[in-house]
Amino acid sequence: MKELVAISGKGGCGKTTVLASLAALAESVVLADGDVDAPDLHLLLRPEIQQRTPFVAGFRAALDASRCTGCGRCAELCRFEGIRMADSRPVISELHCEGCGLCVDQCPVQALSLADATCGEWYCSATAYGPMVHARLQPGRPNSGKLVSLVRKEARELAEREGKELILVDGPPGIGCPVIATVGGADLALVVTEPSPSGQHDLRRALELLRHFRVPAWFSVNRADLYPEGAAGIRAEAESLGARWAGDIRYDSAVTASQYEGRPVVLCPDSPAGNDIRAIWHTLQKEL
Amino acid sequence: MRIAVSTTGDTLAAAIDRRFGRTAGFLVVDLDSGASEYIANSQNLRAAQGAGIQAAQNVAATGAEAVLTGHCGPKAFRVLAAAGIAVYLDAQGTVAEALERFRSGEWEPCEDADVEGHWV
Amino acid sequence: MKRTFAVASGKGGAGKTTVAVGLALALADRGQSVRLLDCDVEEPNCHVQLGVSLTATEPATAPVPEVDTACCDGCGACAQACRFHSLAVVRKQVLVFPQLCHACGACLYACPQGAIREVPRRIGLVRQAEAESITLVDGLLDVGEAMASPLIRQVRQREAGTEVTILDGPPGTSCSLLAATGGADHVLLVAEATPFGLHDLALASEAVRLLGLPVSVVLNRCRGTAADAQAFLAERDLPLAGCLPEDRRVAECAARGGTPYREVPGFGAAMRDLLARLLGEAA
Repeated sequence: MKELVAISGKGGCGKTTVLASLAALAESVVLADGDVDAPDLHLLLRPEIQQRTPFVAGFRAALDASRCTGCGRCAELCRFEGIRMADSRPVISELHCEGCGLCVDQCPVQALSLADATCGEWYCSATAYGPMVHARLQPGRPNSGKLVSLVRKEARELAEREGKELILVDGPPGIGCPVIATVGGADLALVVTEPSPSGQHDLRRALELLRHFRVPAWFSVNRADLYPEGAAGIRAEAESLGARWAGDIRYDSAVTASQYEGRPVVLCPDSPAGNDIRAIWHTLQKEL
Repeated sequence: MRIAVSTTGDTLAAAIDRRFGRTAGFLVVDLDSGASEYIANSQNLRAAQGAGIQAAQNVAATGAEAVLTGHCGPKAFRVLAAAGIAVYLDAQGTVAEALERFRSGEWEPCEDADVEGHWV
Repeated sequence: MKRTFAVASGKGGAGKTTVAVGLALALADRGQSVRLLDCDVEEPNCHVQLGVSLTATEPATAPVPEVDTACCDGCGACAQACRFHSLAVVRKQVLVFPQLCHACGACLYACPQGAIREVPRRIGLVRQAEAESITLVDGLLDVGEAMASPLIRQVRQREAGTEVTILDGPPGTSCSLLAATGGADHVLLVAEATPFGLHDLALASEAVRLLGLPVSVVLNRCRGTAADAQAFLAERDLPLAGCLPEDRRVAECAARGGTPYREVPGFGAAMRDLLARLLGEAA
């Protein structure tokens, strides 16, 4: 079983568009959406949710008001604005509390404790292309990396159970904690970028990250025909950094149209972008 | 000599759990007396981060001198190394089979972590 | 009239940076001094569109525990206090894992020997540049670092002292978004008028509303009147601050590393209109 992840560094480069199309092209596949902050893959693959499970990670402070003397030590010590005093009573901000437990340890009357924190929900679903694992982190909650790890683990177990050969993971933008959790241990990463200085800058950082985690890196320049010279420059630089070119993708209004229709662009007849992604799939397939 | 084995069950016949930090538990076996003790790892399964570090501390607290497991990340490896615990990777099959391989003397302890940490 | 506007978006590539830089330039054109803080520390890109190089750099740090081995008796209280497992104690020796540290201070207070102090550890850079009357500050997270929020907070420490601050936030709805927008006077969400764009907009607006901040929306790449997108906003009580038309020239200009505000006809005027509405002037 192999795992392919799509990341981009810069957001909005089209990685979900590409990944959804790969999902439609691959035959024995489990899909996973690693973008738990702003998941979009479901808009194209239209999963039918079969199982929902709360995602519990880390802690949150909880107050036993009957013990509290209102001394204010907790609010004074908290470094995250997780507790403030109002009318001599501590008020816990669920949004800001990181669950570090400093207030719990230091409360002179043991009025505080740590409770498990529910940070989101994850789903096992069925799509027309194969089973899908996805999730939703509550807005502003930490532990997105943990939730991504969970989504990947569940996808792996599902693939093993059902004898699927490939896992396709749609990654989050950026290069931070959830991206690190998406790429670690993957067999192949496809970085989708665009021909702009920011696209190039962010591709460079994404490739650095992949090298750091020793994940084989491939790349594709989306909307390459918007600025062919820029695309060529990006290709030269990415190849010099050891990444392999999977093929470029043309600008195509069918991409937006396919979002409205809720289906992968590769299924739109005669779509230039769809055809380019099909060629990319043939290239990557040989590698897997 | 006490050996900790990452496993999904509490007997010698149980399957190896290839994960270290997020293993279901450890069976700690005393090779001299044959006595064994099961340490559940459920708390670490739910840890937000640092499961490998915590699991390594728990193993160290059992007095084990060696760990038999599938994979080990860099942070857990650092804790185990500091505790003077030898790490044997790529364990397969059952706990009993892993112990047999260990006794045969043909299994070299690893010198470094074999996987990148999951970070979280 | 010190005011802080945060520009954010649920989805990357919506045009957030183009709008943030456009607003800063529109303010500069009025002769106002403005501070542009690029809080997208994983991928800071404002400098590209402003065409400046960030020459003044300073390391950004986060505090991590350091153990004085002369005082430490290896009791293990610090490792027990750390819920993030960034400390381990084996054979009476403390091991520190700085990348897991949230800098909460729990270990400091837990140590009965007073053997722990905090020392700074580099997590990235804070960079600064001047362009006309714009002061640009950004944060650049070191590759392989997981936690962006401490760096965002350090960028935001440079907020003070000017009349208007524009914050360019990170994409998504995570804790980084909250760190980047918290305390702003107004949050402007930029969304592409597509299904992906609107879906992510809804998520981001939920996050911003948790902070209790006033919010409005710029619809980008609108075809025609984007009536369905406008209806989407109305259903969710999201005020519309402006529509920017689908214009391939903006994408091409940004792709070349140009400044759409200066180079694409009509775009500068659209940004000046948007600014006027944000400042509460009659448009």
